[in-house]
Amino acid sequence: MSDWKKIAPLEDIPRQGSRVVEVEDGSIAVFRTGDDQVFAVRDACPHQQGPLSQGIVAGHTVTCPLHNWKINLESGEALAPDDGCTNTYAAKVEDGMVYIQL
Amino acid sequence: MKERLVLVGNGMAGVRTLEELLKLAPEEYDISVFGAEPYPNYNRIMLSPVLAGEKTIDDIILNDRAWYEENGVTLYTGDPVVEIDRVKRKVVAESGLEISYDRLLLATGSNPFIIPVPGSDLPGVIGFRDIADVNAMLEAARTGRKAVVIGGGLLGLEAANGLQRNGMDVTVVHLMDILMERQLDKPAAEMLKKSLEEKGLKFLMETQTVEVLGEDHVTGLRFANDAQGNASVAGGRMPGATGEEIEADLVVMAVGIRPSIGLAQKAGLHCDRGVVVDDTMQTFDPRIYAVGECVQHRDQCYGLVAPLFEQARVAANHLAKMGIARYEGSVTSTKLKVTGIDLFSAGEFNEEEGDETLILQDPAQNVYKKLVVKDNRIKGAVMFGDTMDGTWYFQLLREGTDISGFRSTILFGQHDLGDAGHGDEIRVAALSDDAEICGCNGVTKGDIVNAIQTKGLFTLDDVRAHTKASASCGSCTGLVEAILSSTVGEGYDAKPSKKPVCGCTGHSHDDVIAAIAEHELKDMPAVFEHLEWKTPDGCATCRPALNYYLLARWPEEYKDDAQSRFINERAHGNIQKDGTYSVVPRMFGGLCTPSDLRAIADVCDKYDVPEMKVTGGQRIDLFGVKKEDLPPMWKDLADAGFVSGHAYGKAMRTVKTCAGKTWCRFGTQNSTGLGVKLEELTWGSWMPHKFKLAVSGCPRNCAEATIKDFGVVCVESGYELHIGGNGGIKVRVTDLLCKVDTEEQVLEYCGAFTQMYREEAHYLERTAPWVERVGLSYIKKRILEDEAGRKALSERFRVGQEVAQVDPWKARAEGEAAHEFAPLKITA
Ligand SMILES: Cc1cc2nc3c(=O)[nH]c(=O)nc-3n(C[C@H](O)[C@H](O)[C@H](O)COP(=O)(O)OP(=O)(O)OC[C@H]3O[C@@H](n4cnc5c(N)ncnc54)[C@H](O)[C@@H]3O)c2cc1C
Ligand code: HEM
Ligand code: SF4
Ligand code: SF4
Ligand code: FES
Repeated sequence: MSDWKKIAPLEDIPRQGSRVVEVEDGSIAVFRTGDDQVFAVRDACPHQQGPLSQGIVAGHTVTCPLHNWKINLESGEALAPDDGCTNTYAAKVEDGMVYIQL
Repeated sequence: MKERLVLVGNGMAGVRTLEELLKLAPEEYDISVFGAEPYPNYNRIMLSPVLAGEKTIDDIILNDRAWYEENGVTLYTGDPVVEIDRVKRKVVAESGLEISYDRLLLATGSNPFIIPVPGSDLPGVIGFRDIADVNAMLEAARTGRKAVVIGGGLLGLEAANGLQRNGMDVTVVHLMDILMERQLDKPAAEMLKKSLEEKGLKFLMETQTVEVLGEDHVTGLRFANDAQGNASVAGGRMPGATGEEIEADLVVMAVGIRPSIGLAQKAGLHCDRGVVVDDTMQTFDPRIYAVGECVQHRDQCYGLVAPLFEQARVAANHLAKMGIARYEGSVTSTKLKVTGIDLFSAGEFNEEEGDETLILQDPAQNVYKKLVVKDNRIKGAVMFGDTMDGTWYFQLLREGTDISGFRSTILFGQHDLGDAGHGDEIRVAALSDDAEICGCNGVTKGDIVNAIQTKGLFTLDDVRAHTKASASCGSCTGLVEAILSSTVGEGYDAKPSKKPVCGCTGHSHDDVIAAIAEHELKDMPAVFEHLEWKTPDGCATCRPALNYYLLARWPEEYKDDAQSRFINERAHGNIQKDGTYSVVPRMFGGLCTPSDLRAIADVCDKYDVPEMKVTGGQRIDLFGVKKEDLPPMWKDLADAGFVSGHAYGKAMRTVKTCAGKTWCRFGTQNSTGLGVKLEELTWGSWMPHKFKLAVSGCPRNCAEATIKDFGVVCVESGYELHIGGNGGIKVRVTDLLCKVDTEEQVLEYCGAFTQMYREEAHYLERTAPWVERVGLSYIKKRILEDEAGRKALSERFRVGQEVAQVDPWKARAEGEAAHEFAPLKITA
């Protein structure tokens, strides 16, 4: 069953940046956007598994550092004209703490 | 309720505007479209290939009916609008249908001009404008034999070629003494005529038609009596032309077009030759916008799609109520789409007083190239036979590039400047479909042509987005543009000369640099606000650029924004394809000691570095380091006295040196010592792009100083300073800046040149293209002739360096930006 997991205080993630959370079967990138929302996606680009956590965040998208695909953080989908999708996880901030649902 | 937008004219410019509008504001309007033709929007410029039998109608549909449905656009085809009621704000169609509008977009295109001579309304006399005309021509080719095309311009020649391909006997009648007089000069026009004659076309030059003959169908033409020299075919009069008459089963009038403004005039909108619009594409009625061939903007009417698409972008911006785009007119270029004939022209190609002309003419190869040049800038170009470099010349023209650096070889083409990626044999048209165009992304010519044709692409950006060709290093941009222009003819939409930084803004790099300085914009929100950025926080293209510009302009005040840097610069290492990093410690001038090497070896043992390598810049690269190992490893390196080599950044990289006077029998000066001083001066400095230096101890140049951004070649009497070289995809040899006498001068000139580049180049522009863009003479003027200016530049560089020369590795080893390197843990 999926549970909310407590990760870290919001300040530990730089605004327009991300942190990586290691889980059993890989890494999850937790993003904090310019408007202080949080999003969690698998840290693997749909193109060639590039580390999305290392990309540049603008609006609710991240640009993959390897070949510049743009990924929508809400849906995990690549923006047109690219095509592909990475897993997303529910994420929330409560009392200044970040949680993700696994 | 949504506002209603009505588009009159279901053609290329109008529908393009809708596409742009739907991208910006998909929900803004209820959209209805009226088209006089019974088809959805198709690619009019491909009618010539359809006529020639190289394409079918289905191939050239740009937006099928499903497109309109998917986008919620109501389409009425075969139903022209006959009246606009501006008071009641509604349009009335021929069928009687009435639809009211909040905004109206006119894109009625133009009509072929039919010369007003007796008989011009006979059946068998047509224009060349739409699918119906093409069908009429194909039908005529089935039954008739002789065709006459009146008009030896672009359209006429494409029609003549197509008719001839359909087996007709075709004569072109032209009023002037040269073909395509608006696009060609005399020598090129003569060559064109000869080639077309070899294909079997006949020409009657300087001939004026006075009457179309025939009772109930055209049978021939009569020409004016005083037409001089009316037969141009070798040997005199041509068969069929009985003095002043010629037989014809079909007459195609291709003598020009007239903007279709009847509807607008009837509605009382201000028209001159076309519907008059301002820079926002608004007509004199603020509710009515107009785009395409029907408009007149700053006294110009356009008849090619590239400018129309720029207009479409602007109109869409205003219809979407963004209100910031302006259309300021276009320079156009021309290419004839007749298979087997290569022809290109652009700009003002007929020289005037004070212009210089560069000509290359090889009659045996049937090649002619002419460039009209003024003040070392290209004003116009005409090419025949070999048009491979047309797009390059056109780019130089639009960007106003100073060509003095390569003027002596410019006519031999761009590949002559040394393009390591693509040999000089590359001729786009001659390439096979599986030829690889973009080496970075493995895109072939076939992929590109296919995408252009099936997806209806017109711009370089479209092709980039869909195929990734030229989206990476950009060296194949010229080839991709050439493919675009050879696939869609002149229709391709060349880059505007003032290219915006990215999709977030209409401002160019120069605009941004100037605004940051003039308006004292000292952080990113200030830039976004002042320059009215369209996105709240930019994108991965503009943010790194702005971060750099702010840093370069306000070194002491601006706080670097790590989140606006590429990961390499944020993590101070090069990200490799498996997500690990490589680490390059700085070794000033390439010098090292046994204990340095021992320290590096120890670090490699301690952190299990899988591979080490000596780099091209004489440093040692440690590959395969895990991100979380970076800070402790840097700490160990810092303790041993190393600072970051910045091998990962848009920054000053290395100073490469040769053995020099100390050891080498040819050495004239202490090249290693000078190299160390230069590296101490410049390390840590952020740049628009990577920046490399070298010092060679004599002209044998073992340190390869003449392919560096700043290279020093020592000679007996002093130091030669060379600038603007690079290896890389396109090798460029440096230009000699000057010779100086002392090491102090070398350091001063180096600081001044570096600072000038830092302040004036565009982000991601290396010194080589920058020097070519602004011209060597400009740089010499600033660095050599203006002593005070040079000293000031060099001083500004020094001030910036005081802030910049902090070792980022040491800082991070001591805990700065620790979040960057350690993963988070799940705590509950
Ligand atoms: C054979 C040929 C080859 C060409 N080759 C090139 C080329 O290689 N490169 C290039 O750049 N350009 C080329 N052009 C020019 C290019 O096609 C035009 O510049 C472009 O199509 C103009 O776009 P537009 O939207 O202004 O007009 P159009 O595409 O003509 O669209 C206008 C539409 O509005 C319709 N219309 C008019 N009045 C009404 C009304 N009252 N109600 C409803 N509908 C109406 C018309 O029927 C037409 O369908 C070529 C043109 C032709 C004919
Ligand atoms: C502070 C003053 C004003 C501001 C900020 C302003 C702003 C705007 C804006 C943003 C638009 C939309 C532009 C577009 O997207 O096409 C617009 C349209 C327009 N404005 Fe103004 N405006 C101002 C004053 C005026 C004045 C004084 C007049 C006339 C007397 C005027 C007449 C118009 C007209 C006719 C339009 C076009 C309306 C339409 O197309 O529907 N504006 N204005
Ligand atoms: S450049 Fe001249 S001085 Fe330097 S190593 Fe080569 S030969 Fe010797
Ligand atoms: S040449 Fe440069 S970019 Fe190309 S593979 Fe080698 S290191 Fe990588
Ligand atoms: S791996 Fe992300 S764009 Fe290639």
